[in-house]
Amino acid sequence: MSIEIRNIEKRFGNFTALDKVSLTVESGELLALLGPSGCGKTTLLRIIAGLEQPDAGQVLFEGRDATHQHVAERQVGFVFQHYALFRHMTVFDNVAFGLTVRPRKVRPEAAEIRERVMQLLKMVQLDWLADAYPAQLSGGQRQRIALARSLAVEPRVLLLDEPFGALDAKVRKDLRRWLRKLHDDMHITSVFVTHDQEEALEVSDRVVVMDHGHIEQVGRPDDIYEQPATPFVTRFLGDVNLFHGRVEDGRFTHGDFAHALDDRAGAGTDTAVAYVRPHDLDLARARDGALACGTVEHIHAVGPLVRVEVVPAGGDAIEVVLGKERFRELALVPGEQVYVTARKLAVFSGDYAI
Amino acid sequence: MNLIAKRYSVLPGFGLSLGYALFWLGLIVLLPFAALALTASTLGWTAFIEQVSAPRVLASLQLSFGAALIAAAVNALMGFLVAWVLVRYTFPGKRFVDALIDLPFALPTAVAGIALTTIYAPNGWLGRYLEPLGVKVAFTPLGIVVALIFVSLPFVVRTVQPVLEDLEKELEEAATCLGADRWQIFRRVIFPAVLPALLTGSAMAFARATGEFGSVIFIAGNIPLVSEIAPLIIISKLEQFDVAGATAVAVVMLALSFFVLFLINLLQWWTARRHGMK
Repeated sequence: MSIEIRNIEKRFGNFTALDKVSLTVESGELLALLGPSGCGKTTLLRIIAGLEQPDAGQVLFEGRDATHQHVAERQVGFVFQHYALFRHMTVFDNVAFGLTVRPRKVRPEAAEIRERVMQLLKMVQLDWLADAYPAQLSGGQRQRIALARSLAVEPRVLLLDEPFGALDAKVRKDLRRWLRKLHDDMHITSVFVTHDQEEALEVSDRVVVMDHGHIEQVGRPDDIYEQPATPFVTRFLGDVNLFHGRVEDGRFTHGDFAHALDDRAGAGTDTAVAYVRPHDLDLARARDGALACGTVEHIHAVGPLVRVEVVPAGGDAIEVVLGKERFRELALVPGEQVYVTARKLAVFSGDYAI
Repeated sequence: MNLIAKRYSVLPGFGLSLGYALFWLGLIVLLPFAALALTASTLGWTAFIEQVSAPRVLASLQLSFGAALIAAAVNALMGFLVAWVLVRYTFPGKRFVDALIDLPFALPTAVAGIALTTIYAPNGWLGRYLEPLGVKVAFTPLGIVVALIFVSLPFVVRTVQPVLEDLEKELEEAATCLGADRWQIFRRVIFPAVLPALLTGSAMAFARATGEFGSVIFIAGNIPLVSEIAPLIIISKLEQFDVAGATAVAVVMLALSFFVLFLINLLQWWTARRHGMK
């Protein structure tokens, strides 16, 4: 089922949580709402669910206005960051809850409920824990039960609020892959909120990057990563080095250095900032095509990648990530003078991409 | 003992603090009980039975425990309601109402007794209007129940309140998303979560009500076989220097109280186990 959000506004006192946000969630896709805390992503999710009412704007489910529909009528599955399992019920009763609260006329038979719940528990691979209480489960298990519980009522939309936020790194990774697989099997329209860019990029079909109550960029994970639309998106998606300079004659100049820009280069002569990811930088001993020069301050060689910190005279440290091979080839020594070259850079003047 | 002592702990002085705590408990709690049992035992078995099965004693015990049970039950319901309103709603003067709850704790019980009698006596503020309706409060068992409800109200409110406050909003939201209506959310999600605290509060209210003396004697009228409570029997026996007889009644009260508290603890243990917390 598709969801359309039109000009949603939401304020909490003086704080604007959402400022005229519009977004379309395609039927069957897995969409990530990504942003720092306080950017409005959770509020947007709660408005979609009906747990929060917008001050203005509309929410449409399958083209039909659902803005004033009650939560229970929207048929959404909601998964909370802290699981929100019913502590006094067994795992089985938790998952069965949505079925057992139905009015008698539409409530399935006890045997049918049992069969459905066990089938869901098998799907989340926890059928052996049916008689346990939530307090006896690990965080990852609890979240899987919470997911099974929300799926029991066969929702039209699945909404997940920081579903892996309370779990440790290893479980998080396992569970997000598992969620992706589950989504591929079920194809239920899903929206999940996260502040972890790695999680958003790895799991989702499309990513919505939000900041300060508005949408910065919407796109497929690799598009967003490769072509960030704004400085915020660039910074939020991972480590980045900043080079201040200006754009002149199709070149980005930074101090004495210049970098030729490709066809996109406009006529702008404004001050501009180039954002370059550490792994898009390389080091060289020759000046050709360099963006900066400095002394090698630290070499941190653990794992398959080598982090090199280069400090230009009177500037901030530049972080460069090299492959082991390249590092060996260069045979760098701390204290040595090197030139920094960029393979790929994103140049912004103000908030606009150049 | 050796086993415990050899275990290393971050907190020093385990032996000392345990010893001190046990000594203190023994001195403050167990010693008076032992004295009670010892004094009662000077009576001999037949005399003991005779003492406690006297009609006045039996009637007073029945009254004390019956009234306490009714008061605890009423407070379980109304105290829960008060706690619910205090946690769930904001209204002007909420902090004042909240402070008011503790008043029965703070007020000397004799003062409470006099105040209640002033209100409910046949010529009192409320009693005056109740009398023509055929409802007598003061100097009847009903008056005793009223007094006991008054003194034991804070127990239920103050035990249920924090649990209701800690109940995550997400639980209700999750239930709503799953299609539960408000009544189902209350009955199946909120109430079971609060039940252990409600039981604890009611148990404490009951315990307090059985032993209550000061607030009751004024409003009770102390008519033998009608509105005479067990603590009063003990006092009157003591006034006649019948120490052994007084302790006999006291021992029965103690045993009954202990039995009821034990039952409630059992119930709590059972609910806690059901919640998978133990």
